[in-house]
Amino acid sequence: MRMPLSWLAEYTDLAPGARGADVAASLVRVGLEEEDLHGGDITGPLVVGRVLSFELEPQKNGKTIRWCTVDVGQNGQMLTEGKHQEIVCGAHNFEVGDLVVCVLPGAVLPGGFAISARKTYGHVSNGMICAEDEIGLGHDHDGIIVLSRLLGEERAATLSPGDDAIALLGLADETVETNVTPDRGYCFSVRGLAREYWHAQGSPEGGYRDPAEVATPAATAGGYPVELKDDSPIDGNDGCDRYVARIVRGIDPTRPSPSWMSKRLTQMGMRPISLAVDVTNYVMLAVGQPLHAFDVDRLSGSVVVRRARSGEVLTTLDDVERTLHTDDLLITDGGEQPLAIAGVMGGASSEVSDTTTDVLIEAAHFDPTTVARSSRRHRLITEASKRFERGVDPRVTAAAAQLAVDLLVEHGGGTVDDAVTDVDRTSERTAYLLDVTEPARIVGVDYPRERVVGILRDLGCVVDESGEGTDDTHVLVTPPSWRPDLVDAPDYAEEVARIDGYNNIPSITPTPSDGRGLTHAQKARRVVADALAGAGLTEVLSYPFVAEELADQLMLPADDDRRHAVRLANPLSEERPLLRTSVLASLVDTLRRNVARGRKDVAIYELGLVFRPGGAIGTAPIPGVAARPDAETLEQLYAAVPAQPRRAGILATGQAEQAGWWGPGRAADWSDMVAAVQTVAAALAVPVVVANDPGHAPWHPGRCARITLVDGTLVGHAGELHPKVVAALDLPERTVAAEFDVDVLVAASAEPVQARPFSTFPPAMTDIALLVAADVAAADVETALSSGAGESLESVVLFDVYEGERIEAGHRSLAYRLTFRAPDRTLTTDEVNDFRDAAVAAAASATGAVQR
Amino acid sequence: MSGPNTNYDPVEVSALDPANVDAAVQDAIAAITAASSLDDLKAARIAHQGEKSPLALANREIGALPPSAKAEAGKRVGQARGRVGQALTVRQAELEAERDERILVDERVDVTVPALRREPGSRHPIELVAQRLVDAFVGMGWEVAEGPELESEWLNFDALNLGPDHPARQMQDTFFLDPVDSGLVLRTQTSPVQIRTMLEQEPPIYIVAPGKVFRTDDLDATHTPVFHQIECLAIDKGLTMAHLRGALDAFVRIMFGEETRTRVRANYFPFTEPSMETDFLCFACHGEETWGSAEPCRTCGGSGWIELGGSGMVNRKVLRTCGIDPDVYSGFAFGLGIERALQLRHGVQGMHEIVEGDVRFSQQFGMGV
Ligand SMILES: [Zn+2]
Repeated sequence: MRMPLSWLAEYTDLAPGARGADVAASLVRVGLEEEDLHGGDITGPLVVGRVLSFELEPQKNGKTIRWCTVDVGQNGQMLTEGKHQEIVCGAHNFEVGDLVVCVLPGAVLPGGFAISARKTYGHVSNGMICAEDEIGLGHDHDGIIVLSRLLGEERAATLSPGDDAIALLGLADETVETNVTPDRGYCFSVRGLAREYWHAQGSPEGGYRDPAEVATPAATAGGYPVELKDDSPIDGNDGCDRYVARIVRGIDPTRPSPSWMSKRLTQMGMRPISLAVDVTNYVMLAVGQPLHAFDVDRLSGSVVVRRARSGEVLTTLDDVERTLHTDDLLITDGGEQPLAIAGVMGGASSEVSDTTTDVLIEAAHFDPTTVARSSRRHRLITEASKRFERGVDPRVTAAAAQLAVDLLVEHGGGTVDDAVTDVDRTSERTAYLLDVTEPARIVGVDYPRERVVGILRDLGCVVDESGEGTDDTHVLVTPPSWRPDLVDAPDYAEEVARIDGYNNIPSITPTPSDGRGLTHAQKARRVVADALAGAGLTEVLSYPFVAEELADQLMLPADDDRRHAVRLANPLSEERPLLRTSVLASLVDTLRRNVARGRKDVAIYELGLVFRPGGAIGTAPIPGVAARPDAETLEQLYAAVPAQPRRAGILATGQAEQAGWWGPGRAADWSDMVAAVQTVAAALAVPVVVANDPGHAPWHPGRCARITLVDGTLVGHAGELHPKVVAALDLPERTVAAEFDVDVLVAASAEPVQARPFSTFPPAMTDIALLVAADVAAADVETALSSGAGESLESVVLFDVYEGERIEAGHRSLAYRLTFRAPDRTLTTDEVNDFRDAAVAAAASATGAVQR
Repeated sequence: MSGPNTNYDPVEVSALDPANVDAAVQDAIAAITAASSLDDLKAARIAHQGEKSPLALANREIGALPPSAKAEAGKRVGQARGRVGQALTVRQAELEAERDERILVDERVDVTVPALRREPGSRHPIELVAQRLVDAFVGMGWEVAEGPELESEWLNFDALNLGPDHPARQMQDTFFLDPVDSGLVLRTQTSPVQIRTMLEQEPPIYIVAPGKVFRTDDLDATHTPVFHQIECLAIDKGLTMAHLRGALDAFVRIMFGEETRTRVRANYFPFTEPSMETDFLCFACHGEETWGSAEPCRTCGGSGWIELGGSGMVNRKVLRTCGIDPDVYSGFAFGLGIERALQLRHGVQGMHEIVEGDVRFSQQFGMGV
């Protein structure tokens, strides 16, 4: 919401010498965040100019500039040479004869941008034709300002080349722009902002002049007939509980808006259109009440406010035909023809035009929820809907209509009907019994009773200190009509703290007494992340949005659970509508991006949630919020949320170890991935089992390890990606990958490790070479050896694998070192030989191994 | 060797002559001193201390002496051998020391050649910043709470006093699930974690909830559809806005240093009442490059202050929804975006580098910040 200082000064006294930045700082103190400052930092000459001629000049860079001659009246700096001002302009949205805004050499634009005659595109440009953003008028930079479009034809017709544009556009007057929070609807008016500024100055006696304090006539018989017929209120609230209709007849439609009004509307970021429309907008900006002007001649029956019927349509002012919903509240002609979506936008049929002489001014109070829903449903956010959905003061209605009537009479030459329509179904706010010590309890500052009461009165509350229920610590508070947000003690506490000053709140560090630190799972997850980084991998984060075809690219089987993905109703990109079911699904993009940027060796990982609905999405209940939902509802609520296991994905390509003075490097291969998972498991002290898995996408069927807990629970997979997957996803050849379920490993590490005793007697080592068929897994041989070797076995290490000419084809030789140690004695050679033979025998029977 | 000698005749045992013994010692010491390597010294040792050395031979002659002369001769030869042995020991030590020194010189390498055969890994700084904040709060007795990223609408909105028609709900650009009536969304904030905690845990509650959140913003210099928040929630008896300020101050100190200047002001959030916004003084311009100056500060946009994030006393309606009696307990909540904290604390200019996963970005931060 914008507010020119000159307008603010009409309603309240500015602090002596206050500039825009000071006003913004004051408003921040009472909770209105500054957004921007406009104007006030221009020095001229900035003048009205008329484009006399221009030549099109194509440039080498593809642009075409216009070499213009502009009449800038007596300000012309080339008049001594007998010429009009010559200016280069890059915009194309104007014609010869248009009135424009010219800044001439010697001027300084916002941001300290000094203008001088300068050579550009082969000409000396004596100034610039301005766009809105260049002079701090708005953010529009689509073209230069054409005054007939900015101010309207009538207004432009009164201008002459050379007129001072700083005064014309109100640029000397600083305009403060603030961000209005949803609870402060009343601050969408200069009335409200002025009130807040006054509070920021300490609410000095007599320092605030409410523009809505005007005499308003009571409702009379014979006013324009209005019927409020809401037969399906939302949440029991009537869609419209107040409707004031006033008629002004005999307006001269050729009369322009007064220049001060056009200027203010421009400063506020709105375009002057016609007197009737400008007046409604001006009054809305002044007091926050949206108004609508109907052409009386285009109405045939009474104004009926009702909900829309199914299938009804209305073409709104923006020329869009809208199909209405039965929740939409309508203003209708005689109950039939829709005229407007209440509080959102009017229809084209009853719009005031350039021939309208008789105007019906509507000032109504609409239900915030009704307006919010219509605005959302029709994707129409208007000045009116913004205000209504945040709550408009229901007591400002008649005053706003009166202000509009007065302006139309004064500037349009009309006369107002004596008959007044004011259908008022609003009720008085009830008083709230406030414990005056409550603000202190909530805020932590000891506000005395008088301070609390004083602040509330300044805010416009009526404070009754003697009514029913009042005592030493209780008063009855009725909030002002413009503050629907003030309901209970915390609301009043905030007001007291806000006006007293938030910065008066002390700082006390809270001291919880029984923190238990991180949970096991939280600690364990850090161990996982640190172990992976410690293994030389770099952590990255990827977006979980994936393409539909990814499941095919990853060669996931038709019945794979990872094909059951959650779909977004409104994805950022239609190409990526699904949520990932594995970390690798999104991590591949990150790998590719690194490679595309010229990096050959990449080893990355990500820990994150994946989304595994495991089937169709259920429906989560939406219970009420008045109390804690019952246990069953909560259970349904939690259960409706799809499973989101926490997984880790790893990808690597290029060299795992660099080439250097020590010799050649080593390419990352499947074993690095298995090792990474084993490293994590070891870091958590969780034993895992590795097996060949020939059938798990997206891995190479011959180079995929399935990693499980000892009890068989699946942890994850590691190895080399399938060459077809690599090709489909455009990854570097031989890219290797792992993915595992972090939750499974974390849960497996939850029990405290139980230490095993170890022997201090000397170890005995013996080496064996076993000949096995090539398809026998080394892990199976090792398992058999371990089971056969007996309790004295300390370790089995596979230290060599041989395949080749020296052994039978289709076989390989596995060389193991067995280490034995007894807890209580030194083992004899005979004992060790017996253990070894038993181990070999077990391997032989389990895997067909033959000792070489 | 001479035969047994009962009648002492010094001539027969000239090897034991004092002059000869002395000469043998002098020869030995000369050879030992002259030895310039351990090999030379070994030769000298054999020549002057070995079985065939003059002193060894002389020693053997002692047996041929009459008993009366044995003692004296024995003593003389013994002393002589002692002097030679001593000289050998000293020289041996000297030469060994020299050799050891030389080895150290010979074994010199250039240790400035590359030593890392494998690139070190690193954590992502978003995780590290979150960890830093979490650790500080855990140190003060708070606990960490977590929740799902795909969340029910009720927990993400309704329970937080963001009813379907609330204006604030419209401002949040939410990813809805298909079908839209599933009542599920990608959480737009970490606040549903607070609701889950309050629903399931008795006060006192002091939790910090870090996590990923989602909004339908396209990626640009200040927005990303997936980002991270960290929120704190405290529910206890007697908590006031003063405690909220205290916790916020702790937060700011952890993140931006002891000297950081803050200001607080009223704001509006449906989840809290009263609500509060905290700003801290722009570290780039110190509040000086504000509007109206030639070039307003790009870091703060010209306001001189940087928004830290919203906070407030938990709305009584929210407490009731969670089954907590607002007449007994009060509490506060606050949160901020971790990306923003990372940008501010570590001078990260944009958003792209944080989300793109270029390993060069993470690698700057190592394993901790
Ligand atoms: Zn700054």
